[in-house]
Amino acid sequence: MFSGFMVDTWTVATIAAVIAGAVGFFVVMRGSAFPAHAIPNGAFAGAAAANVLGVNELLGLAVCAVGAALGIAALGRRARHDVATALALVVMLAAGTFFLSRSTQYEAQLYALLFGEVLGAGSSQVFAVGGLGVACAVAVAFLYRPLLLSSVVPEMGAARGVRAARMEAAFLGVLALATALTVPVVGALLIFSLMIGPPAAARAVAGRPSAAMALSVALALITVWAAIALSYVTNWPIGFFVGSLAALCYGLGRAASSLARP
Amino acid sequence: MHWIVEPGFFTSGPVHTALVLSAAAAVLSAVVGVFTVVRGQSFAGHALTDVSAAGGSGALLAGVDPVVGFVGFGIFAAGVMDLVGVRRLRGRDLATGVVLGGATGLTALILYLDTTSRATTGATQQILFGSIFTVSQSTVPVAAGLSVATLAVVAALYRPLLLSTLSTDIARARGVPDRFVGMVFLGALSVAVGLSALTIGSILSTALLVGPAAAALRITGRMGRSVATASALGVGSSWLGILLAYDSYYWGSAHRGYPVSFCIVVVVFAVYLASGRVERIRRRRGPVRSAGV
Repeated sequence: MFSGFMVDTWTVATIAAVIAGAVGFFVVMRGSAFPAHAIPNGAFAGAAAANVLGVNELLGLAVCAVGAALGIAALGRRARHDVATALALVVMLAAGTFFLSRSTQYEAQLYALLFGEVLGAGSSQVFAVGGLGVACAVAVAFLYRPLLLSSVVPEMGAARGVRAARMEAAFLGVLALATALTVPVVGALLIFSLMIGPPAAARAVAGRPSAAMALSVALALITVWAAIALSYVTNWPIGFFVGSLAALCYGLGRAASSLARP
Repeated sequence: MHWIVEPGFFTSGPVHTALVLSAAAAVLSAVVGVFTVVRGQSFAGHALTDVSAAGGSGALLAGVDPVVGFVGFGIFAAGVMDLVGVRRLRGRDLATGVVLGGATGLTALILYLDTTSRATTGATQQILFGSIFTVSQSTVPVAAGLSVATLAVVAALYRPLLLSTLSTDIARARGVPDRFVGMVFLGALSVAVGLSALTIGSILSTALLVGPAAAALRITGRMGRSVATASALGVGSSWLGILLAYDSYYWGSAHRGYPVSFCIVVVVFAVYLASGRVERIRRRRGPVRSAGV
C-alpha cells in the first residue's frame, strides 16, 4: 500500500486534502455549497478537453476551473445566483461529455474524472500539484482575515474597506485552484463533499475560527487517507468512501454539537 | 427540406420514442421548474437529480426498469431531505450538499458494481448523461402516465402552492398546510427529475428543470403565463436538441454524432441567454411586473 507508485498518490492526496479542508472552511462559512459543487464540473470539462487536445491535464483543469468561476460570477451579476450556478453547471458537464465523446477511451475516463481514481495522479504531476498547492495555501493565508470578515459580518467588512464583490471573486478563484488539485484524486462530483463534510463538522464542534480551520484540515486528511486505504484494500471506488466518510463527519459533528448544547 | 432534417428522422422508431418521452419530461420539468426557481430551490432540485442517479444505477444492477429506480429513489431522497431540514433557510445548502455528496458516493459504488459484475459497458454514460435513443418503447406509457398524474397533482394544488411559494406568512394565515404542500412539491420535483433523467441523463436533468423556467420568468411576469411559456420552451428545446443530435451524424465524414444530452443542454442555455435580451427590450418599453428572477 505504501510502495512504489502509491507514494505519489499519497503525496498528491495529502496536498489535496489539506487545501480542500482549508478552502472548505470558507465554503461553509460563506454558505457557498452550490458554487463549490459547480466549479469542479467546469474542471471536469477542462480535463476532458485536455485529453482530446493532448495537452497537460492539470493545465486544462486549472484553466477551465478558473473560467467556470469567472463565468458563474459574470452570470450571477444579472440573474439570481442559484439559477446562474445551476445553468453554468449543466453547460460545463455537457461540454465535458462532448469532449469525451470525441476521444476513444470514453467510459473509463469518464468514470475516473467524475468519481476519482486512486492512481489518478501520476508521478509527473507531483511537482505541479505541489506548486499549485503552495500557491493556494499562500492565497488562503493572505486572504484569511478579510475573507473571514466579509464572510461572517459583511457590513463590518464593508466598513473596514473590504469590498464584497472583490472578495467573492478572489474566493471563487482560490476555490477553482483548489478544485484543479483535487479532481484527479477524488473526482469532479465528490470534491465538494470533501469541502463540506469535514469543515461543517469542525464548525459545529470548534469555537474559534482558527481552531475550526485546523480541525477541518485534520478531518479532511483523515477522510482522504481512510478513503485511499479502504479503496486500496476493497478495490471499490475511492469516491464512494470519500462521499460516505464526509457525510459521516457531518453527522457526527451535528450530533456532538447538539450534545454539547442541549 | 434535407438541409434541416436529414433523411429518416420522421420514420425512425427510436426518434418517435425520444420525441414523446422528451416532451413528457420537458413539460413536467418546466411546470415544476417555475416553482423551483421562484422558491429558490435550484440546489435542492439539482441534488435530487444526483440522488436519482443512485436509483437509476441501482435499477440497472437489479435488472428492473430504470424509470422505477430513478423516480422511486428520488421520492425517497426528497423525504430524507425534508427530514434533515431542507426547508429551513439557514444551513439548508449544507444539509442538501451532504445528502448530495453521500448519494453521489453511492452512485460511484453502484456504477462500479454495474460495470464489474454485470459487464454492462456504458453504464456511467447511460445513467449520468442519458441515451434517449436507446430507451425501450415499453417505457413510454409508464413515463407519460407518471407525467400526466404528477401534472394533475400540481394542478390540483396550484393555488395553495402558489401562495406558499410567494409568501409563507400569508399562506399560513389563510390556513394552507405549509409543510404538506412543501412535501408534495418535493415529491413532484423528484418525479420530474426522474423522468428527465431518462431523457438527458440524471446529472444534466437540472438543465430541463431550471433553464426553460428561468427563461420564461424573464420573458413574462405572471406565474400562469410563465408556466405555459416554460412548457413550450422546454418541449421546443428538447425537440430541437434531438433533431440536432440526429443530424450531427451526417456532419463531417467521421459519422460520429454529438451526444443528444449535449445538444439539448446547449439549446436550453441559448434560450436562457436569449431570454435576457427579451427582458431588456421589455424593460425599455416601460415598467414591468417581475417574479423577481
